[in-house]
Amino acid sequence: MRVYHFSEEPYPDVWTPDRPTLRVTLPNELCDPKRANELYHRYVDEWMLADQLGFDIMLNEHHSTATCLTASANLMLAILARVTKNARLLVLGVPVCNRQDPVRIAEEMSMIDVISGGRLEFGMIKGVPYEIAPANSQPTRMMDRFWEAHDIIVKAMTTHNGAFNFEGEFFHHRTVNIWPRPWQQPHPPIWSSTSTPANAKEIGVRGYVCGSFMGGIEETRKLHKAYAEGYREGGFGNEVPVDRFGYLAMCATANTEDEGRRRADMIADYLRTNAQVADPFNKPPGYFSVDAAFRSMRSLNPRAFRTLMTPKGRPVELSTATLDDFIECGIAFAGTPDQVYEQICSFVDGIGGLGNLLLMGQGGDLNHEETVDSITLFGKQVLPRLKARYVPEMKFAA
Amino acid sequence: MISAASDGLTTIDIHGTEVQTFVAGVGPNIVYLHSALWLGDDTAFVHELAKHGHVIAPLHPGIGVGKDKNNIGSVDDLAYLYLDLIDQLKLKDVTLVGASFGGWIAAEMAVRNCNALFRLVLIDALGVKLGAREHRDIQDFYGTPDSELTRMCFADPAKSGVELRLLSDDDLRRRLRAREALARYGWQPYMHNPRLKLWLHRVSVPTLVMWGDKDGVASPDYGKTYANLIPGSQFELVNNAGHLSHIEHPAAVASRIKSFAHNR
Repeated sequence: MRVYHFSEEPYPDVWTPDRPTLRVTLPNELCDPKRANELYHRYVDEWMLADQLGFDIMLNEHHSTATCLTASANLMLAILARVTKNARLLVLGVPVCNRQDPVRIAEEMSMIDVISGGRLEFGMIKGVPYEIAPANSQPTRMMDRFWEAHDIIVKAMTTHNGAFNFEGEFFHHRTVNIWPRPWQQPHPPIWSSTSTPANAKEIGVRGYVCGSFMGGIEETRKLHKAYAEGYREGGFGNEVPVDRFGYLAMCATANTEDEGRRRADMIADYLRTNAQVADPFNKPPGYFSVDAAFRSMRSLNPRAFRTLMTPKGRPVELSTATLDDFIECGIAFAGTPDQVYEQICSFVDGIGGLGNLLLMGQGGDLNHEETVDSITLFGKQVLPRLKARYVPEMKFAA
Repeated sequence: MISAASDGLTTIDIHGTEVQTFVAGVGPNIVYLHSALWLGDDTAFVHELAKHGHVIAPLHPGIGVGKDKNNIGSVDDLAYLYLDLIDQLKLKDVTLVGASFGGWIAAEMAVRNCNALFRLVLIDALGVKLGAREHRDIQDFYGTPDSELTRMCFADPAKSGVELRLLSDDDLRRRLRAREALARYGWQPYMHNPRLKLWLHRVSVPTLVMWGDKDGVASPDYGKTYANLIPGSQFELVNNAGHLSHIEHPAAVASRIKSFAHNR
């Protein structure tokens, strides 16, 4: 099993529950560049420590928000490609339908792959609804644009005999010929993320790595099943290696249960405030299907962020959930190293196996010292046990 | 938006694009291109128009549910689609009326070909960029809560606004399709064609530009400047009306169109 340390590089100083919106229209006068400078250096230090402890590294990007200073995952990846030594560098992901130029993405990803000596794990994602406004990108037919961007990126990475022509429906390049070409051949491992079985199946058909975020045991099982169907349909074999799936949860470890739980609760504020977005930007037209928009309008609480079921069938609304709710759902792991290990094993066995555990080990107000202590405890006392128990050769349980 | 309950919707196949069309009335031809904002209901207006002529009002593709093998996806496409509609139905001496987004399509048709047209009527029409680049000529439907958008559309929101949650399933779905389709056609550049104003001089039929005096989406000043780009056009305010002035005052606006179209 690979375990990835993830942080969205929050700017916690102005990230308070009383603000009507933390995203899109939050004025940047609230962002002190000197403070942002300290935070960037701090988060890089934490990723470097994670690298030394045997973690891999995950990043993503968000825009116009105090919740995430990584406005370009590629820029931070370029730094980490140079200053880390062993970690796989996962971006999950590059919002390929919000970027104007897919060839530029292929170039940047290839640079990062080469600088890191072949450590890039390349996620391509659709992006969350409130990223549409900052990118001013067209919210209709996004997945058509996604796959066309994907096609040109993969072709750019795998074509080595000179320039080719691409005149698609959305993207036009008459002379595509990227330098450098990627270190990893034929291209870095490709990931995508989803919360729906239909998309999981489509990722499976292509044999790519499927990431899912904080869906809990029940939803993740469904995604596994759909992915496996797609994987078999794609002709990759009947058994799905566990490294084809990644799952993101929150995690905090400490010497005492109380301390671990207190830290996890601070990280969990990330999820609780996730829907704190000015309303119109949460539901761009076309981002959700008409059927999904219809169901949302007809639901009892159209403003609900996301409701999950616990394994015992109790609904949990994420914006108001307690830490115990999150732990019960398998969205947070928290406590002493032994407790965290047990919680993770219970979750992983519950979903039938997992090759990539993505852990938000820093979030919200959790400060540098506590983050360092938490990931150091995990790295020394939990990570070796997980690596011994879940070996890469494992396949998903049927 | 023409509501799902309205009778008289027929499907017309235009070179592979099926267009659900409201057809009613007898007399001079009136082609009406509806406003597509999901918060207004054009149904009463098309019935008022049908008192004065033979109304042909297509539901824009994506809002109607006709099959479309051509994947109509731009205002450019819509302009040619409806010029084809006029050809196919062999309509002559058409009074072409468009409101809001429909007004943009009507203007794009008129700069291309006025041969079948007799009069052009633009009601609170979108489609041109007139102000400085930092000035927002047309309010952002997608960056504005529906409650605020309703106040921009109607001088009296309580009377003319639509409460989405009270609609029938069919109507709600149609409005959600409208919200999406309008984005497909007008997301960027936002609700306008930067080149359209260069060609408005080509409009060669008498034109009436009507504007809600309290239009909160595109101001009456915008309307006046728009009208000035169309040779010989008349500009008139609709009193006590927001952006969807034809929905607020359907009988008065339809009656004014009749007198304009009959004045040879």
